[in-house]
Amino acid sequence: MRLELVKRPQRSALFSALSPFIAFALTLIAGAILFALLGIDPVSAFYTYFISPISEVWQLHELAIKAAPLILIAVGLSVCYRANIWNIGAEGQFTLGAIVGSMVPVLYPELEGPIVLPLMLLMGMIGGGLYAAIPAYLKARFNTNEILTSLMLVYVSQLFLDWLVRGPWRDPQGHGFPQTVQFNDSAILPELMPASGRANWGFVFALVAAVVVWIMMSRMLKGFEVRVLGSSPRAGRFAGFGLNRMIFFAFILSGALAGLAGISVVSGEINQLKPVISPGYGFAAIIVAFLGRLNPLGIVAAGLVLALTYLGGEAAQTALGVSDKVARVFQGMLLFFVLGCDTLIHYRIRLVGLRAKAPAPDPATAGKLGEAH
Amino acid sequence: MEITINILLTIATAATPLLVAAIGELVVERSGVLNLGVEGMMIMGAVGGFGVGYLTGSPWLGLVAAIVVGAVFSLLFAVMTLSLATNQVATGLSLTLLGLGLSGMIGTGFVGLPGVRLPDLHIPLLIDLPIVGKLVFGQDPVFYISILLIFAVAWFLFRTRTGLTLRSIGDSHTSAHALGIQVIRYRYLAVIFGGACAGLAGGQLSLVYTPQWVENMSAGRGWIALALVVFASWRPWRVLAGAYIFGAVWIGQLHAQAFGIPVPSQLLSSLPYLATVVVLVLISRNKRLTMMNTPASLGQPFVPDR
Repeated sequence: MRLELVKRPQRSALFSALSPFIAFALTLIAGAILFALLGIDPVSAFYTYFISPISEVWQLHELAIKAAPLILIAVGLSVCYRANIWNIGAEGQFTLGAIVGSMVPVLYPELEGPIVLPLMLLMGMIGGGLYAAIPAYLKARFNTNEILTSLMLVYVSQLFLDWLVRGPWRDPQGHGFPQTVQFNDSAILPELMPASGRANWGFVFALVAAVVVWIMMSRMLKGFEVRVLGSSPRAGRFAGFGLNRMIFFAFILSGALAGLAGISVVSGEINQLKPVISPGYGFAAIIVAFLGRLNPLGIVAAGLVLALTYLGGEAAQTALGVSDKVARVFQGMLLFFVLGCDTLIHYRIRLVGLRAKAPAPDPATAGKLGEAH
Repeated sequence: MEITINILLTIATAATPLLVAAIGELVVERSGVLNLGVEGMMIMGAVGGFGVGYLTGSPWLGLVAAIVVGAVFSLLFAVMTLSLATNQVATGLSLTLLGLGLSGMIGTGFVGLPGVRLPDLHIPLLIDLPIVGKLVFGQDPVFYISILLIFAVAWFLFRTRTGLTLRSIGDSHTSAHALGIQVIRYRYLAVIFGGACAGLAGGQLSLVYTPQWVENMSAGRGWIALALVVFASWRPWRVLAGAYIFGAVWIGQLHAQAFGIPVPSQLLSSLPYLATVVVLVLISRNKRLTMMNTPASLGQPFVPDR
């Protein structure tokens, strides 16, 4: 048996809307098989994984905490990917944003007042944006593959953070633990509704970013420019759009949003720097971007789904004793199925049996083809 | 003298996984497919190799398992990108993410267990040669395989008809298809070969380099292997040179840390990654060289028209 793709005359609106849902359903089926293989009853496993983590109000706050960085990063990445620019180093830009933003509370712990937080957030965006400008510069100037350079810089940023918290930025009163001082109150991102849960302003930033980028992409010339350069750089050149400027724009925008995510997580959730500050947000956000069909509003929904896989992974670890890596497995499978289902938008899939007769060759070309064989 | 030889020996051990993974990916890219899942296939090979080696007590079975796991895992990528024509960059990434997650899950029970190491193969007589004896004829089995692979791939790509066909597919899949070549079938085989190589490289990590299972033990080597293919401008022998340069950087920074050079160890640890960036820049600066050697249909999905 063989798969055969038949091009649709135009993209299918039906599958365009359905594909994320089909993908999610397929992920659940694959997950059920996985749990069964591990000897766990899939039904109770699914309850633990997908229902129990969001059955109370405070848990919804946890969901928002996890979703905020995913949405922030993915919204930026969606602009890159639409422009056919492959920034996969968001994890590094997240880390640099966290580091640069934390300079204020770590180096000037006595600084207080309403100026501290906006300054930190701004510096976080600058840190992430500038770090993303490195692969952008290398691509624009030397035509260096941005996939590999942006990814290599992830490792470098993590080692840099490790050095900082074990070396110059280590809290002298921290009993030798690799961590900085605790941020003071004016450096901590306030909670939205302290009465019901811990969710902080990071989630609001994520929603604002999604709406702003959605407006830019669908209602402004810049968004048109992104899409034209992404689908046809040649047409973009004729329209007078500069590819190099777009490389910088997309990288710095996504880097700044990843940096904002980084400083928001550190300021709102961890309240200090540690060697590890992210459970792979920068990579999971790639999945969020695709699951949200590279549309900022879809990304909000996709970010909540991915956040649930994190919470579910933690719940499954405590309740079922499976590794919390199960979250990563779910995320990986989800991306696989999303990409596979996207094929249905442009193609119909036909299964061809091996014994099925090939269609009779067109007499005009049959002779030529015969010679080639 | 003894120290120098020992350092050179460790360089070879560090270079071998890069070499094996890169030579596999080189064949894949020559066929016009960009598989960014090397890191994922490698780590799956590492966990599969360690697991089977530990459970059976035979490192050889472990090595075979590593190869099989890598090949089977790459099949996922092949079905997606070749049969379903998905975006190769995104699919490769998801293969890496899935591999890192799956290996961590499978390997939870393996952490801290003593592994089995593949024994060195000493070639009699030749090993007694001064200096080169130990370096070339007293190594682990994967070292020999890696050198054989280079010879075999160089010969296959540039001295056989099938190799020529494979390269032509990489340069223009539409022309190849028009000539009646089974583009998809060739690419399937190339991707599976690349997966087997990445799996073997992972097996080398968990059965030779450090015979144990550590989560994320591939530590970006799959990505460096991808960079090596660009560095080598898609030519097998240059992969050999590149892999040994990177092996030297990797070992060099470890020795520098051991000697207590007054530089933060994290800076030394980041050298292989920084070196990758520098090397990529140096290579891609020369636009003509890269344009000439890059397989022209690299990364483009292909749906045969009928």
